Amino acid sequence: MTATATTPPPIHAPTAKEKKYDRQLRLWAASGQQALEESHVLLVIAGNGDVCSGSSVAGVETLKNLVLPSIGNFTIADSAKVTEADLGINFFLTSQSLGQSRAEECKQLLEELNPDVQGHAITTPLSDLLQDPSHLRPYNLIILCAPLPQEQRRIFCEHAQQYSVSLIHVQSAGFYSSFSIQLPSVFPIVDTHPDPDSIQDLRLLSPWPELLAEAKALDDLDKLEDHDHGHVPYALILLYYLEKWKQNNEGKAPDTFKDKTQFRDMVRAAARTDNAEGGEENFDEAAAAVLKTVAPFSIKSGCREMFEKDSCKVINKDSASFWIIAAAIKSFYETHGVLPLPGSLPDMKAKSADYIKLQNIYKSKARKDVAEVAQSVRSMEKKFSRKDVILDGEIEAFCKNAAHVKVLEGSLLPQLRIENGDVQTRKTMLKELQNTETLLPILLAFENGSRSQLDDMIANNGKIDFEALNNQFAEVERVGGRELHNISSVTGGMVAQEAIKIITRQYVPVDNTCIFDGIGGTTLVLKL
Amino acid sequence: MDSPQAVNGMESRARWKYLDSILSTKSPYADPDYIPGEDVITFLESSRVLVIGAGGLGCEILKNLALSGFKDIHVIDMDTIDVSNLNRQFLFRQSDVGKSKAEVAAAFVESRVPGVKITPYNGKIQDKDEDYYMQFKLVICGLDSIEARRWINSTLVSMVDMEEPESLKPLIDGGTEGFKGQARVILPTVSSCIECQLSMHAPRAAVPLCTLASIPRQPQHCIEWAHIIAWDEQRKGDVLDTDDPEHITWLYKTALDRAKQFNIPGVTYSMTQGVVKNIIPAIASTNAIIAAACCNEAFKIATSCAPYLENYMLYTGDSDASGLYTYTFAAEKKDDCPVCGNLAQTIRIDPDMTLGEFIASLAERAEAQLKKPSLRTESTSLYYQAPKQLEEQTRPNLEKKMRDLLTDGEEVAVSDQALAIDFRYKLVFER
Repeated sequence: MTATATTPPPIHAPTAKEKKYDRQLRLWAASGQQALEESHVLLVIAGNGDVCSGSSVAGVETLKNLVLPSIGNFTIADSAKVTEADLGINFFLTSQSLGQSRAEECKQLLEELNPDVQGHAITTPLSDLLQDPSHLRPYNLIILCAPLPQEQRRIFCEHAQQYSVSLIHVQSAGFYSSFSIQLPSVFPIVDTHPDPDSIQDLRLLSPWPELLAEAKALDDLDKLEDHDHGHVPYALILLYYLEKWKQNNEGKAPDTFKDKTQFRDMVRAAARTDNAEGGEENFDEAAAAVLKTVAPFSIKSGCREMFEKDSCKVINKDSASFWIIAAAIKSFYETHGVLPLPGSLPDMKAKSADYIKLQNIYKSKARKDVAEVAQSVRSMEKKFSRKDVILDGEIEAFCKNAAHVKVLEGSLLPQLRIENGDVQTRKTMLKELQNTETLLPILLAFENGSRSQLDDMIANNGKIDFEALNNQFAEVERVGGRELHNISSVTGGMVAQEAIKIITRQYVPVDNTCIFDGIGGTTLVLKL
Repeated sequence: MDSPQAVNGMESRARWKYLDSILSTKSPYADPDYIPGEDVITFLESSRVLVIGAGGLGCEILKNLALSGFKDIHVIDMDTIDVSNLNRQFLFRQSDVGKSKAEVAAAFVESRVPGVKITPYNGKIQDKDEDYYMQFKLVICGLDSIEARRWINSTLVSMVDMEEPESLKPLIDGGTEGFKGQARVILPTVSSCIECQLSMHAPRAAVPLCTLASIPRQPQHCIEWAHIIAWDEQRKGDVLDTDDPEHITWLYKTALDRAKQFNIPGVTYSMTQGVVKNIIPAIASTNAIIAAACCNEAFKIATSCAPYLENYMLYTGDSDASGLYTYTFAAEKKDDCPVCGNLAQTIRIDPDMTLGEFIASLAERAEAQLKKPSLRTESTSLYYQAPKQLEEQTRPNLEKKMRDLLTDGEEVAVSDQALAIDFRYKLVFER
C-alpha cells in the first residue's frame, strides 16, 4: 500500500549549501529557503539630520539578519554620508567609511557576510526614487526606517498597497522601539507552523469505516494476552471504550466535562495492574488523551473566517489558486461536516506492525480526502478555463494544514491612519490607552506632533494612567531620536523574523504593530 | 584598519556622540540617586566584562558590548568554527573554518571598533579558577550547554562574600531555539539562580530502550537504535564521532535498513544528523534579539542609567496566534535550591526501586538532570562513580532496594563531577 514510503531515498550526503544552512532549513525547509533566495528587500533610510540616527542601525541590523540566511538581493536607499557618530552605533561601517556614502559602505560590509547575496545601493535623494513609482516594483518587501518625511512615507505606503507589496515601518530610539507592518489587503498563510501539541486530529468521534473496523477487530479486549493488552494503541483503546460507553448511554458519546472524566475513569479502570509495573503505559496514554481527543470536530476561527470571505464564496477565472483550493475545501466541509483529515498519527505505545497499520489507515484516508478536494479543484479549473494548473502538492499541503490556515487582511499603515484621523484607529487606541502598563504612548511619542492630537482625545479620561504616559513621552523626548545599538539590534532581530515570515509565507507575522520597551524588557503587540 | 581619527590612541569622543548624550541626561525611570554624566561613562569604560561563548549569541554579544561603550572584554570558547555556523555567526567567514571561535571573533570586533580590547581564551570555563572570575564586573553567557551554565552559576554563587559587595558578579544568560529564546538576569545569592530555574528547562523525555530494541514506530526510533545499540554491537572499538561523515552515513544506512524491516517511512540523512547530534535549529535573527536583550541588561547594570530586568524574559517569535509575544516575569529564588538555597530538596520515591533505578531517574528529573551522580548519606557511601576502587566497592548497592539502604526521610548528598555542586535530597518513601 505504501510502496513509496519504504523505497529508500538515494543516499546523498548534504550539499555544501545544505550544510551551511542546515540550522535554518530545519525550520522553514527548502521551500522557505527558495522564497528567501528569490526575494529582494528594499531598506529606506531618510537623509541624515546630525542629531538623529533615523533608525538606520535598526534597519541595517535587520538586513544583517536577512543576508546571513540568504535573501537573494537587498538594496539600501540612503543619501546620507557617514558621520563619526554613525561609527559609534553601526557595526557595518569602518573608520575609513567616514564621509563616504552610508548606503554604499553598509552595502559592501553586509555583502561580505554572505557571498550568495547581492547588495545594491541607491544614493540619490528619496524624492528621485519616488518620482516614478515603478522604481519600487522589483522589491517584494520594503522596510522604512523612521522618521521619514510624512509625504514620502505616504507615497511608499500607497505604492506598496497598490502593488500588494508588504512594508515594515521601523523606529528605534533610546530604550524604545516599534515596528508596524502593512500587509497586502489579502495575505493568506497555509503553513502557519502551529504548536505541534495543537494539531492532533484523531477523529475519534467521527471515525470512518476503516478506522472503526480496526477497533472492532479487537473483539474483546479483556480476552487479550497481557502482552497484547499492553500494546493496543491508545487511539484504538479509546475507540473501543467509546463504543462501550455509547451502548450504555443511548448511543451518545461523552459530551460534558463530567461525562468525559467518567469516561476517563472507565478507561483507566480497564488497565491491568497485576503486573510488575503496576499498570499499562498504553492505558495511561489513553486516559491522558481523553479530554483532548474525545471531542466533536470543530473548525477554528481562522478557517471559518476564510470560508466567509467573498473571495472564497465567489470563484471566477481570476481567482488566485489559494482561493480555488479554499473553495474546494469549503465544499468538502459542507458535504462532510469535517475538514480533510491531516493524516498524521502521534507516536503511541504499540507494536511496530500495529502502529504502522493504524498510521496507514490515517494516511490513506487523508489521501482520499485530498483526492476529493483535488477533483473539485480540477472541475473549477475546467469551468473557468484556467490556464495555470494548480499543483497537486499545493492542494495536498493546503489539505494537511486546513485547520490552521490563516488569512490576514492588511490595511494602510497605522501611522498613516492616525495622520488621517481614522475613527476606527482612534477608537482602538483609546481603548488600548486605558490598559495599565500599555506601551502605546511610545508609538505616539515617536509620531512627531501627535501629542496635541492625543491630548484632545484623552482629556479628562479617568481610566488613563497619565503619569505612565508622561514618563514614556519624556523618555522619548530625552533621547531625541538617538539609537542605542542594543535596542536597534533587538529590533533588527524582531523585524528580520517578521520579514522571514512574510517572505517565506510560513509562520504568522505580527498584525500589525509591536512596541518594545528595553527598560522593562517587555513588548506589546496590537492591531491598530 | 585604523583611521586617521584613531591614531595615537587619541580617539575622539565624536564617535560616541549618541551614547554620551543618552548617558548625560536622566531618564524618568532612573534611580533618584543616579547622576548622569562623565563618571558614568568612565565607569562603563573601565568595567571588565566576561563573555562565555563565541558562537551564535557570542558573536552578537561581542559586537553589542563593543558598541555599548565597554572597552575591556574577555571571551571564552573552546570550539572551532564549522561551516554550519556561517548562517548566523557573522564574525566568521568560509576561510575561518577550523580556527578558534574566541580568537577569530575577538580579532574581528577589535579591528572593527577601534579602542576596544578583547582578550580571547580558547578553552574551557572549567580551566579557570575563582581568582580569574573575580576580576570581572559581570558575566554574560551565550551557551548551548546546560551543564556549562550550571557550572558557572554555582561558581559565581560560591564566590559571593557578603562582606565584599564586589564579589557579587551579576550573571546575564541568554539561550535560543528556533524562533524562541530567553534572557535572564541573575544576582548570585540575591535572586533566583540558574539552578533554581532548572525545572523550567526540562530535558526531553528519552524513548524507552525497549521501544528502540523491539517495537520501533518512528524514524527517530530507528536512528536512536543505530546510534545507541547497533553502533556498539557492530563497530566495537570505534569511538563514534558525530562530526565524521562516514560515521553519520553508517548510522543513516543502518537506521534505514531497520526502518525498512519495520515498514517505517521517513528516515533521512538530515534527520539522522539531527537526532544523533541533538541539533537545535538556530537563526541569526533570534540570536540578535536575545544577545542584544542580554547586552542591554549589561549596559543598564554597568551604568545604572535605567532599571534592569527583574529577572526573566521569554521571547516567542513563532506564535500562530499573535505573531510574537514576550513573557516577562520574576522567577523565584528557591529555599531548597542546591546551589543558592540552604534546605534539602524533598524527592518522593518508591522505596522498592533499586538504587540503580533511582540513579537513572536523576538524569530525567527536571530539577536534577544529573548524568553521573555519586551518592552518600551522612554515615555511608551509597554509590561512587570514581575512583575505580570505590566504584567497585559500592557497585553491589545498585541492585539493592532503597528501603534497605535508607530510612524514610533520610537525607542524601549527591555530587556530579560535571558540576561544582553538592545536591542535598531528602528522600521520602511513597508508593
